[in-house]
Formats: sequence, structure tokens, C-alpha cells
Amino acid sequence: MDISKFTSKKFLLAAGLVLAILIFLVTLPAYSSNSNVGIWVTILMYIILTVSWVMFSGSTGYMSLAVAAFFGLGMYTAAFLYPKSGPLLPLPAVIIIGGLVSFVFALVTGLVTLRLKGMYFAIFTFGFSVLLYHLMVFYELQIIGKRGQYLTPITNQTAFYIVLIILVLTLLTAYLIRRSRLGLAMQSIGESEDAAAHMGVNTTMVKVITFAISASFMGATGAALAPKWEYIDPTVAFNTFYSFMPVLMAVFGGMRELYGPVIGAAIFAYTERTLRLRFPYYYMLAFGIALILIIIYLPGGLTGLVPKLQGKLRGVIAKLRKGGQSEQHANT
Amino acid sequence: MPILEGQGVTKYFGGLAAVSHVDFHIDQGEILGLIGPNGAGKTTLFNLISAAFPISSGEIRFKGQKLNGLKPHQICKMGIARTFQETKVFANMPVLQNVLVGAFFGSPKRVPTADAAREAGQALEFVGLSAMSATPVKDLTLAHQKRVEVARALATKPELLLLDELMAGLNPAEVSEAMELVTRIRDRGITILMVEHVMKAIMGICGRVMVLHHGEKIAEGTCNEISCNKTVIEIYLGVETHAGS
Repeated sequence: MDISKFTSKKFLLAAGLVLAILIFLVTLPAYSSNSNVGIWVTILMYIILTVSWVMFSGSTGYMSLAVAAFFGLGMYTAAFLYPKSGPLLPLPAVIIIGGLVSFVFALVTGLVTLRLKGMYFAIFTFGFSVLLYHLMVFYELQIIGKRGQYLTPITNQTAFYIVLIILVLTLLTAYLIRRSRLGLAMQSIGESEDAAAHMGVNTTMVKVITFAISASFMGATGAALAPKWEYIDPTVAFNTFYSFMPVLMAVFGGMRELYGPVIGAAIFAYTERTLRLRFPYYYMLAFGIALILIIIYLPGGLTGLVPKLQGKLRGVIAKLRKGGQSEQHANT
Repeated sequence: MPILEGQGVTKYFGGLAAVSHVDFHIDQGEILGLIGPNGAGKTTLFNLISAAFPISSGEIRFKGQKLNGLKPHQICKMGIARTFQETKVFANMPVLQNVLVGAFFGSPKRVPTADAAREAGQALEFVGLSAMSATPVKDLTLAHQKRVEVARALATKPELLLLDELMAGLNPAEVSEAMELVTRIRDRGITILMVEHVMKAIMGICGRVMVLHHGEKIAEGTCNEISCNKTVIEIYLGVETHAGS
């Protein structure tokens, strides 16, 4: 069989699927209720946070719990530049600056902390989110004397399209990084950082750069969502919930393929929403149990099932063929 | 002129001198064996040359250039590659990807993708692993994993190759194959420094041998000189005593 034909067919299929999803999303606000569009904004937000988290942590194996920090920095950037009293800059500029602020913060903290390994890095990044939260509380209560910030509101539709654009850019970046030598370097760091360094990989630079790139998408998303929420305060912006959700969603979906975190985040965010409305007290319990089951029985996440099922399917087909042949043999 | 030169090389871990005032040199194109009992400081010396640890005092020069204060990736780009005593392969990556890392990042200049792919392919062919290039390294035997490390190091285009116990854990047939591989690498003009416990390998292929004991250099010379050296025999076999005395 011609392999290139097969792969190009597969490629066309994937491209067609992506295009279909994109068309579905672009036209969604046209036939969806306003509140439905609002739900989709949240789903897309989780997908961006998860994909950008995986962009750095998935391959290098450095577990970052600083999503809340960079997400919140983006929100506060928007709060300062797009306040209720009147926007200082147009919205796209605010969002780009939100991304840049997170990029710079990630660059600086990365340079200081990416020497830390394993547990220590995770705890530091967690502490970083908490630190920013307390700094903001201090700033609002002690310096400006009012808690929370109001923003110039934007419609669900505007927020939806902005978040969709950020999502496309995030996915594109993640895809390109995975295919590039930067992606190869990150993977080698995740496998054995020592060996990578001795093979000429400037490990510190690779880690810091990708940490900052992934943070910039989190920041941009924060800057896009703050005006939709109209009001933010430190508890909303630097909620450590946003640090843990992407980790759970990535584990849920599986991190081997790019679409793993996308599927994980989409399903997770959607069911979370529905379950929370129906079973406000039990939904987290159900999630916890589901997650434990997945970690135990599906270490590759949901998408880790695909190659397994493919293998099984092939086995069944081969068996059927063999069975058919032996039957023929018996007949002759 | 020696390709690598060390003067008064010393490394302290706390108060313990793992390597103490070692002077050494490696000549262009030779295979220098580094032997000594466990804990003699052989791997530490490797780690100092490849900059895994900073040196406490003394200096190491590569082609006349001082290595002190450089980072491992800079050392690699200068032309010194290494393998590891406990193999440090990229276990979940296919063999070819492992070698590609060396090909992409081992050179001081940016390597075009096509060149890196060709380089990696050649390195794999050289160590005889072309047929397994798509296999994840974790599925390979230890002997093959060690070959992946060698191919990965060769892909960085080194002038000096540090082999840390390449033969450890291999069966006799694999040891002979590995010896043949090391000789072929030397024939390509790459200078080799190898730590080894397998004496057959040392005696078979090394031009010169250096002996470390408790972090100090106690002997240096050709294989014959070393195997007759009284101090070396004493540290390996103990002091000779006579029955009844």
C-alpha cells in the first residue's frame, strides 16, 4: 500500500475536520442564544489555558501552577487599560499588552526559578500565584483603598470572537512548536535534562522562552475575559482554581497529541458547567472520582485510548480474516 | 600538541576531594583509558571536563582554550561530546529523534534540517542501528541503548569523545563489538577518553592509560607499563604478602 497516499488522506481528513469545527464556531453566535455564547467563551477559555499549559509543561515535564498568575496579570492589565471610566486603548491593543505583561513576568520568574526541579518548581509557581493575589489585595486595600475594578463591558459575542482568535493562534503556535527543533529540545529536556544539556541544548533558554510564550496566551485570554466579566478583584483574577483546572483537563484528555488537551478541556469544561447547575454539591466529587479512574486505568488520557482501540480493531480484523481463511481451507 | 590538557584539576564535594590536583593530557587522535577502583574519581573527572560540575580549582584547556566557567551545552558545541555511565537516553523518543537532538544542537552554528537529518542517519548507520531508527529507545537492549548514546554524541560532530563505561553490563560478544566501534571512531580522527572497568577492552584498544586512586593520579603510561606497575597492582589486588610471614 502506498503510505504517502494514506497519510495525505489522513491529513485531508484532519484538515477537513478542523475546517468544519472552525466554521461551526465562527457561525455559532448567529444561531445561538446569548447565554449559550457565554458558555462557549468559557469553554474556549479553558481550551486555551490547557493547550498553553501543555505547550510548556506537557513536554518539559515541569509542572507549572502559575496559570492563575499569568491569567490574572492579563485581567489586571485590562482593568488598568480598559476601565469603566473609559478605555485608554482600543481592545486589541489591551489584549496584546495583556499577553506581553504575562510574557515579561514569565521571562523574569523563569530565569530565577527554572533551575528548580520537579516538586520545587511546582510549589514555587503555586506560591507565585498566591503572592500576586496578596500583592493585589494589598494594593487595592492599602494603596488605592477600594476593592475590585470595574471595566468597560463588552458583549458575549465580541468576547467570543476575540477568544476564538486567541485560540486559533494558540493552537497554531503549539502545532508549530511541536514540529520545530524547539519542540524537539523541549521533549529532550523532559526525557533527560542532563543529556539534553550535554548534547548542546541550551536548556535554560529553551525553558524560559517556552514558559514565556505559553504565559503570553494565558495573559491575552485574561485581558479578553476581564471586560466580559465587567468586574474583577484579586479573588476572581488570581484564583488558584485556574492553575489546577488546566492540569486536570490535560490529564483527562491526554497530552501525547495536540488534540488531547483540546478534547479534554472541551469535555471537562462543558460537563463541569452542566453538572454544576444540576448537582451543585456533588459535581466536584464526581469529577474527582472520574479523574482518579482515568489516571489509574487510562494513563494516556482519553485520547490515549485511540491507538489502543486501533490496535484492538486491527487485531479483530486480522482474526476475522484468519478465521475466514481457515474456513476456506476447511472447505477445500 | 595535546587536544585536552588539565592542570591541578581539583573537585571538592564538601570537604572530600573527589579529584585532587590531577595533571593530564590527551593527544590528538589517541585513545586514552582512564581506570581506577570504584570511587577513584573517574566519572567526576568526566563531569568536570564536560562541565556537569564546576571545577573547584585548577584548569582544563581544550585546544588551548580554557573551559572553566562554561556550561555543558557550550562545551558540547566546542567539540567535546560524551556518553553516560548510567545511560541517559531520551527513552520515550524514537532512536532517530535521539540522534537528531545531537545533530541539531551540537554544532555552534544553526544546522539546516536536511543536514541534521542526514547527519543523524549517518551516525546511526555508523553504529549499526539504521534498522531501528523508528523504535522508541526504551524498547532497545542495553547494548543498543549505549550505541544510541554513541550515535547521539557523534552527531554533535565532536573532536573529543568521552566514553563513560561503554562496556559495563555488556556480554563478551557485545564487548568485542563495542571495542571495534571505538576503534572505528578513532579511525575517523576523533580523539577518545574512555573510563572502563573491562580490562580486556582497555588493554585491547587504548594507546595509553591513566590510573586514578582516591582522586589522585597514581600512574600513567602504555598498557604494558601500567600492568607491571607495582602501585597499580597493589591498589587492585592488595599488597603481596607471603604465606607464613
